[in-house]
Amino acid sequence: MAIIVQRPKLKWWEQLYIPALFIGMRVTLGHLVSILSRKTKVTMQYPEEKWDEHLPEHYRGAPALVTDEHDRERCVACQLCEFICPPRAITIKPEEIPGDDKWAKVEKRPRTFDIDMIRCIYCGLCEEVCPEQAIFLRKDYAITGTSRAEMVHDKEKLYQIGGVRVGLVNKWNELK
Amino acid sequence: MSEAKTDLVDVQIDGVWYQFPKGMRMIEACRQAGVEVPHYCYHPKLTSPGNCRMCLVEMGMPPRPAPGAEAPAPDENGHLPISWIPRPVIACANTIGPNMGIRTTGPLTEECRKGVMELLLANHPLDCPICDQAGECSLQEFSVEHGKGESRFREQKVKKPKNVDVGPRVRLDDERCIMCSRCIRFTDEIADDPVLGFTDRGSHTVLTVYPGRELANNYSLNTVDICPVGALTSNDFRFQMRVWFMRETNTIDTNCATGCNITVFARENKIYRITPRQNNDVNSDWMPDSHRLNFHWIESEARLTEPLVKDGDHHRIAGWHEAIATAGDKLSALDGSEIAVIASARMTNEELLMVKRLVKHLKVGHVDTVARVGEADGYLISADRNPNTNGVKLVLGLDDPGSQIEAIKLGIEQGRIKAVIALQENLVDDAGFSAELLGKLDFLLSTYPLANATADASDVVLPGACWAEKSGTMINATGRLQRLNKVVDAPGETLESWEIIRDLVQVTGGGNGIYAVSDLFKQLAAEVSEFKGLTWGQIGDLGLPLIETGVTIPALDREKQRIASGLIVG
Ligand code: SF4
Ligand code: SF4
Ligand code: SF4
Ligand code: FES
Repeated sequence: MAIIVQRPKLKWWEQLYIPALFIGMRVTLGHLVSILSRKTKVTMQYPEEKWDEHLPEHYRGAPALVTDEHDRERCVACQLCEFICPPRAITIKPEEIPGDDKWAKVEKRPRTFDIDMIRCIYCGLCEEVCPEQAIFLRKDYAITGTSRAEMVHDKEKLYQIGGVRVGLVNKWNELK
Repeated sequence: MSEAKTDLVDVQIDGVWYQFPKGMRMIEACRQAGVEVPHYCYHPKLTSPGNCRMCLVEMGMPPRPAPGAEAPAPDENGHLPISWIPRPVIACANTIGPNMGIRTTGPLTEECRKGVMELLLANHPLDCPICDQAGECSLQEFSVEHGKGESRFREQKVKKPKNVDVGPRVRLDDERCIMCSRCIRFTDEIADDPVLGFTDRGSHTVLTVYPGRELANNYSLNTVDICPVGALTSNDFRFQMRVWFMRETNTIDTNCATGCNITVFARENKIYRITPRQNNDVNSDWMPDSHRLNFHWIESEARLTEPLVKDGDHHRIAGWHEAIATAGDKLSALDGSEIAVIASARMTNEELLMVKRLVKHLKVGHVDTVARVGEADGYLISADRNPNTNGVKLVLGLDDPGSQIEAIKLGIEQGRIKAVIALQENLVDDAGFSAELLGKLDFLLSTYPLANATADASDVVLPGACWAEKSGTMINATGRLQRLNKVVDAPGETLESWEIIRDLVQVTGGGNGIYAVSDLFKQLAAEVSEFKGLTWGQIGDLGLPLIETGVTIPALDREKQRIASGLIVG
């Protein structure tokens, strides 16, 4: 159903616009007065001021890989995150863990793990799909760089952002 | 209905009546009726031990009347009522009988499947994230379709050997093994190398290799294909790529004249693995390891990617235009009798047709291909290691391919032959031409995917595509016409052989009207009588018999015997 919006019928002095200018000025002056008298809050002065402490628990920033309390890299390079990632930001090359490694029984780990932060849309699907609790979206949001290459987070960078997480399910324990 | 042919029996499957030959396995009857019965241990090419119990179904027969009671009356179609047996039967090893009823759904079968899945998973590890089988694992699939979705098992899982080297190409994970025994039967019945077996009992059963032996026969990787789970995995493919990322292309193996049907798995222009594809007229379900793994060279550093022209002692990169023009100048200046063309029996029929055009156009005096003879292995590998010798005979018209090579060598020696066009062949390493001999030539042109000694000696080097980078047809040892399909794009400036030859014909003043390889197939159909009336589509994925050669494939002969003796379904 079509809705017909009636144009307001303006009086002749309203059509001159000049009174409207003064009405606008009054609003602006009103704000000025209330800011100067510290009655209203203003925009945060980013980047000198930051919002970081106020980020909610569920905030989704840059995805990152984590190690656990046993110093084990949790990712086993199953490539499910690579598969589910809608913008195809993740590229993983798996490798076999050498036989003399402490965690040789896990058998598989990523040789390279790249997330292209120009592509990442912070959807959190990688975290959701990960069967090993290895990838989490952290609160890092200021992802900048001066080249495209710099915007690709490699394995080292991802572990640096991710850090250590404790209290996760530990399926590769001694009983395994 | 029941008056039909005597060797057919009426069977009711999930409420619908069908007719199948007497003696058919229940599982096969169901499959033909479009009902897939889940199974692990059953494989149509192997004997059926019936040990996984996944294929349990409900079965019924007409009731046998008590003495004195009246026999039940058939309905208007001649079918007797069915009285269902209260206990399930396995569909893989039982055969159908007259007026039999099979129910593949319903509470009894569903409970059976749930139970079997629960027991199989009781000790199964949580390995899917690191297991190469994930994505094509029957255990995963059936637990989604038929499993309980939860486990009542609270005890500690049994620990078994993991990451065991059972042979040079195969890795075993005993925790993942579901004891279907397919691999044991394969090595025993097909590969005649019975090195696998089960030891210990109950939930401690493990698959092992016989002490002091290893699974090393040239068909060992077929066990990886038929293992329904990730217990046996390929060392070559281990952790390389997850199966769901790869694109599958149906094509044929070009390592010998058998032409095993294969599926090539590739992602982003890189080949990761090759598996055999069922063709009961060529390779059954199998292929040799040596052929399966012979693809890594495609990505080798030695790949030629640009046309090269020799300047003094060195080759320099030239564009196609310049390289072809250089070749054209040299060839036009010579008489046909001074030119030899050495083509390859690894070329497709379409490419060979172009070679024939070139030969005719330049009035070339000497034509041959390089023979490659090895030893037949008595299974699938043919003594002829060229995939298309029959094509050479039929399309290029050579009676005895390879017999003129010595005469060509002599001709070069005596200076009668001044130019050689070597198409897709390495004359120095594969045909015994010495570098000095090739040095005597005024002009040598070679096309090959890899840099080699022949390329070194060549005046013009043209990069030609390899088998995975082109489409066409080949004729195998038994005379079957089969399709080769392009899997990946050729690197750099590489062209397919038919394009290279077309350009050579054109630059030396010949006409053409060929724009695609499918045009060539049409010309084949018009020019070669055996191809008359054939179309590309008709050949299909499984090929079709084209000529009689009298050659048979030993592995298939044995398979036919086993089918005839009722050992396997086939
Ligand atoms: S981060 Fe998780 S989902 Fe991604 S590859 Fe590693 S284990 Fe798999
Ligand atoms: S065999 Fe199948 S179910 Fe078992 S770990 Fe491998 S993919 Fe998972
Ligand atoms: S290793 Fe695979 S094929 Fe062999 S018995 Fe175990 S599950 Fe079956
Ligand atoms: S398939 Fe019938 S028992 Fe295994």
